[in-house]
Amino acid sequence: MAKLTGAEILIKSLHEEGVTHIFGYPGGSVIPLTDKLYANKGLKFYLTRHEQGAAHAADGYARATGKVGVCMATSGPGATNLVTGIATAYMDSIPMVAITGQVKCTLIGNDAFQEADMIGISRSITKHNYLVRDVRELAKVVKEAFHIARTGRPGPVLIDLPVDVQLQSAEFKYPKTVDMRGYKPTYKGHVGQIKKIAKAIAKSKKPLIYAGGGVILSGADKELTAFARKTDIPVTTTMMGLGGFPEDDPLSLGMLGMHGTAYANHAVQASDLIIAVGARFDDRVTGRIDDFAPNAVIAHIDIDPASVSKNVPVDIPVIGDAKDILKKLIELIGKQDHPEWHKTIAKWKRELPLKYKDDNKLRPQYVVEQIYELTKGKDVIISTEVGQNQMWAAQHFTYTKPRTWLSSGGLGTMGYGFPAAIGAQVGRPEAIVFDIAGDGSIQMNIQELATAVMEKIPVKVIILNNGYLGMVRQWQELFYNKRYAFTVLAKNSSTVCPDFVKLAESYGAKGIRVTRKADVKKAIKDALKEKGPVIVDCVIEREENVFPMVPAGESISNMLHGLA
Amino acid sequence: MSKFVIAALVENKFGVLARIAGLFSARGFNIDSLAVGETENPDISRMTIVVEADEKILEQVKKQLNKLIDVIRVQDLTGGEYLDRELILIKVKAESARIREKVVQIVDSTGAEIIDIGKKSLTVEESGDEHRIKALVELLRPYEIIEIVRTGKIAIQSDKS
Repeated sequence: MAKLTGAEILIKSLHEEGVTHIFGYPGGSVIPLTDKLYANKGLKFYLTRHEQGAAHAADGYARATGKVGVCMATSGPGATNLVTGIATAYMDSIPMVAITGQVKCTLIGNDAFQEADMIGISRSITKHNYLVRDVRELAKVVKEAFHIARTGRPGPVLIDLPVDVQLQSAEFKYPKTVDMRGYKPTYKGHVGQIKKIAKAIAKSKKPLIYAGGGVILSGADKELTAFARKTDIPVTTTMMGLGGFPEDDPLSLGMLGMHGTAYANHAVQASDLIIAVGARFDDRVTGRIDDFAPNAVIAHIDIDPASVSKNVPVDIPVIGDAKDILKKLIELIGKQDHPEWHKTIAKWKRELPLKYKDDNKLRPQYVVEQIYELTKGKDVIISTEVGQNQMWAAQHFTYTKPRTWLSSGGLGTMGYGFPAAIGAQVGRPEAIVFDIAGDGSIQMNIQELATAVMEKIPVKVIILNNGYLGMVRQWQELFYNKRYAFTVLAKNSSTVCPDFVKLAESYGAKGIRVTRKADVKKAIKDALKEKGPVIVDCVIEREENVFPMVPAGESISNMLHGLA
Repeated sequence: MSKFVIAALVENKFGVLARIAGLFSARGFNIDSLAVGETENPDISRMTIVVEADEKILEQVKKQLNKLIDVIRVQDLTGGEYLDRELILIKVKAESARIREKVVQIVDSTGAEIIDIGKKSLTVEESGDEHRIKALVELLRPYEIIEIVRTGKIAIQSDKS
């Protein structure tokens, strides 16, 4: 058998895994690898302008397509620049493989030029990681890495590949199967436990489904919808679960938690049975934990046993794949209805709707609504940054399909949205991809505008520009006596810093500024027509707040509703 | 909070100890002691970890350990009958003949062993379960203990029951 170099083995292995796109950045320790990629037809390499952009792009690609995202960087600073992106993927259970160059094996531990201990650094932000010291192990490592990344509770895996191993030769034989005695995720739910949920549903008067990102990761959205409809149980989703259940369905209560709808939070507090599906009772969802769902029996369907009873004691745990378990539940349970419960919820929906002051001022919620109205029925993906922009995008766009919402939920990474949108667009070229951004977050990875322009990636960036780090400013307004410590980005709405229109133009992208409500629709329509990337800089009401809001550490019964 | 004895079978390879230690520090779990060694299968190491936790934290410790790819099996020995042993070396200051005699008496009465006789000190070795170790330390405590070195507990399930 002919021998191949480590670089060739890695690329062949990526082919075997069905990888077609890599986001990355070259450097001294990956030259053998990038050299082989240069000649490769089946693998398109996207050069980002910062390694963080590569990691988020791979993450956005994974979220939008369901495939494993792949990013690559050189040793040392290249690799450490991936860290935030890997941590983001880890917190949201996104399948990703990060490939980092490493200094020569003989130099490892020597404080060599551009050396960083990536195995040590990435240990707590990866599902697993590998340092490959022997080229003969490489194919097996890649096989395992992809298997680990995409199975069970998905997550990022890092492969650290010393430059000399990339040049050494070995015979290439890609393993057909993986057998790791320490890694055997449970997929099939325990039937006895599933029956217990069915029984609890039959007894319940006020059942509620609380669905998270696991529904999307498992591809269980259809099963969830069928289950909810058959049992007539209302559904609230976490932010990560947006798109896992159609929000235009009458059973939908939208998002729960800190900035969830009032009716979702009230439903949690009044419910006598909560069925959590692929959700992990995050503090942003539960608020003060001892007052979360005080009257409810809690059933929890999750593939990760460690998520069960971590924050909230669970009465009926079922470990396994959400799709498989929901299918069984649907078979086990007869049709139900809960007219009284729905009457109560309808009253909350009437009395406490999601609302904002829809006057003639340019308000962010209106912008988000218009993006929805003007793209309704089309294949649209919304990516977001982090902060107020993210919450308005979560609240005021109606998500009806999985993999249409890309947002850093667990880690809350500012600068995520734009590169993630680029990755999503690469993975789904037919889709319309928006990044709903703030003027703070967008500046964290603005350099990727060059990537979008050069690669002709028509992402539409909508900046909800209020001249503040708006979410922190909102907390300062409400809880810190309006002391706007270090959250002011522009002195007033006529100062622009930077001028995003000029900035877009300097990269060769289209820039549009909107200062009046009346111009929003036209700007979005113009952006939709554009073949390349566009920045729409919406100069919004500066001190608009996100409501409802559960103050940190409070019970979700205690929502602030704002003035609107 | 009480002490629990956990046995983890792990892959005997590079970096596994760091993964376990990193997990404990990242999640704020308290390790009382940790002992590692190869098993009958040279590919597998066994870690005996004594953790200080309540039931809820213990549950998380076990689940989080199980999540690590290199961890093959996690067993909570505290739940059943088990045998535990620890090895301890105690260096006691013993300059006068009177004190030397006393220390030798204690060592003889407990079944421990003196493994080094220095000009100014005696080094005592003992191995046994927690009670035995504790008893010896208590008996020697009135004398000036210069140094204590312990291996940490190792434990094995009992087949009696």
